[in-house]
Amino acid sequence: MRLAPPSSNSRWRDVGVTAGAFGLGLLFLALFLLVAGFDVPLALGALWRGAFGSWYALTSATLVRATPLILLGLAFTLGSRGGALNIGMEGQFALGAMAAAWMGTHTGALPGVVALPMVLGAGMAAGALWMAVPVLLRLRFGVTEVISTLLLNFVAEAAVSYAVTGPLQEPSGIYPQSASLTMAARLPKLLPMSRLHLGLLIAFAVAVVMAVVLKRSRWGFELRAVGAGPRVAEVSGRIRAGRLLAVALLISGALAGLGGAVEVSGVSYALYLNLSPGFGFTAIAVALLGRLRPGGVVVAGLLFGALEAGAGGMQRDAAIPAVAVQVVQAVVILTMVVAANSGQRTANGND
Amino acid sequence: MIELALISGFAAASVRVATPLLLAAIGETITEKSGVLNLGIEGAMLAGALAAAVGAISLGPLGGVAFAVAAGMATSAIFAAVAVGARADQIITGTAVTLGMTGLTGLGARLAFGDAGAGLTIPTLPVLPIPGLAAIPVIGPAFFSQSVMSYVAFAAIAWATWLLFRTRWGLEVRAAGESAAAARAMGVPVTRRRVVATVIGGAFAGLAGATLVLSQVGTFTEKMTAGRGFIAIAIVVLGRWHPIGAGLAALLFGAATALQYTFQASGSAVPYQLFQALPYLLALAVLAVAVGREKGPAGLAK
Repeated sequence: MRLAPPSSNSRWRDVGVTAGAFGLGLLFLALFLLVAGFDVPLALGALWRGAFGSWYALTSATLVRATPLILLGLAFTLGSRGGALNIGMEGQFALGAMAAAWMGTHTGALPGVVALPMVLGAGMAAGALWMAVPVLLRLRFGVTEVISTLLLNFVAEAAVSYAVTGPLQEPSGIYPQSASLTMAARLPKLLPMSRLHLGLLIAFAVAVVMAVVLKRSRWGFELRAVGAGPRVAEVSGRIRAGRLLAVALLISGALAGLGGAVEVSGVSYALYLNLSPGFGFTAIAVALLGRLRPGGVVVAGLLFGALEAGAGGMQRDAAIPAVAVQVVQAVVILTMVVAANSGQRTANGND
Repeated sequence: MIELALISGFAAASVRVATPLLLAAIGETITEKSGVLNLGIEGAMLAGALAAAVGAISLGPLGGVAFAVAAGMATSAIFAAVAVGARADQIITGTAVTLGMTGLTGLGARLAFGDAGAGLTIPTLPVLPIPGLAAIPVIGPAFFSQSVMSYVAFAAIAWATWLLFRTRWGLEVRAAGESAAAARAMGVPVTRRRVVATVIGGAFAGLAGATLVLSQVGTFTEKMTAGRGFIAIAIVVLGRWHPIGAGLAALLFGAATALQYTFQASGSAVPYQLFQALPYLLALAVLAVAVGREKGPAGLAK
């Protein structure tokens, strides 16, 4: 089953499908707002201003929001290219954030060059470890990773809730949040007078590495072969599909954990309940809109970052709940999977 | 006597908590038998919950139930159109439908109830003790002193069993779930059977949402289903794709959740988050044990 449309011969057709999906999503949002009796021009104006209306909106809202979406979109991409669906990024993000918060409050007087890798490494390790459970369940018991990763999201939520009221709670013991990270454990800012932090460049770097690995390395080739059909891969060569997928899923979990660590170390500086407003699910839309290609995921992540930043503006200026933009995400996902399937049908004939 | 009261309370709470899970799982059993895995039932349940709240305020509790069924069916019809009609990936489609419904119900709740939320203004379904039977110790409070939705769920077990295993329609649905190609060769309209089985599943998910609002919580809050639709999918596996199995599995999950209340009431030192996580952990353990033994419909999600 294809998740993203295959690239056609025409670049322009590809761009058209992607732009069409995003436009259709926005159209649906406008339609629902209209039916619901909201002032649509006011709402869409607030959406635009929240995303691009000022230098601050662009750098401190849009780009800051895009950072975790790109990292998680890449996490989903890696699993999907091998045919495994990681629907548990929300949980891996939370565990990564939790580990980063713990590490970032325990680095003491260590300088940033030491503390930061420790914080981000802790997040990646936690994300991978959280993913180890579904991997084990799949390899040993044949449980599909779709359901297991999904269920673990709720366990992660309970774990964070326990952490911020128990072992990781700030010293005064009043608020359900962790202590603040030491200054050295915080990601440096990229621009003065803005919240934009180094995390965006980390996300770009991960995208570049993933693009090279998928396209040029033997491992990347084998992963794509497994994604095309495990049986084909097993028969045609000496690819061990199970092990390959396990590694891909563990890296996927590590990247989602990195997303959580970057968010704590670059934005919130502490662990909170509900740190993620659903990044783990938005990132699925990001990955599909980016056609499961690292470069595409970066562009789609920036688009959705703008959308989410705009949703904040819409909530402030037009009193429309920010969750409304999930309608856009849903429409984008549905459009892309339908396009994927019809693309396949025109390519291979009907079944 | 204190122990008996405690056990009775625990048993009654287990069945009460199990009811929405059971309703959703019966519907999803019918859907999965046809070869369709619908992760969108979480969204259908959420839509049902909001529709139940809105319907109950204007037309009373039974109006709420009717609204909920319609909303669940409509949500699953969207899923069926994309995943069965256009044959897109079922997992991704289901995830998207749930995501979209989270947004729509958030928007809808704001519209219907304003910033203050629905509060406790919703007329709810009363507990209906069945005369005589309700007086039996433990079993009475558990099975014969519940809201009407629990009785509907019990009846639905029998109805779904009959539908799937005793009717021609059920036979065709099961054939479609085992092998679409073989079923088609026998003249079964596979797509039509799958769409109807999916929409029936949505009706049950809507009922489950109505149960949450009208006989458990008494109000609507954003994302109130909290993964119950996904747990229902685990229940279907544990119940071995049979309505009676789903009934027993749902009771197990109801009991696991009800433990939370019993322990909280007893002032235990164990962090409550452990009990909060328990149903999900149980679902994982159950999948590990059950999946290896029993395979579902051969054509599921293909």
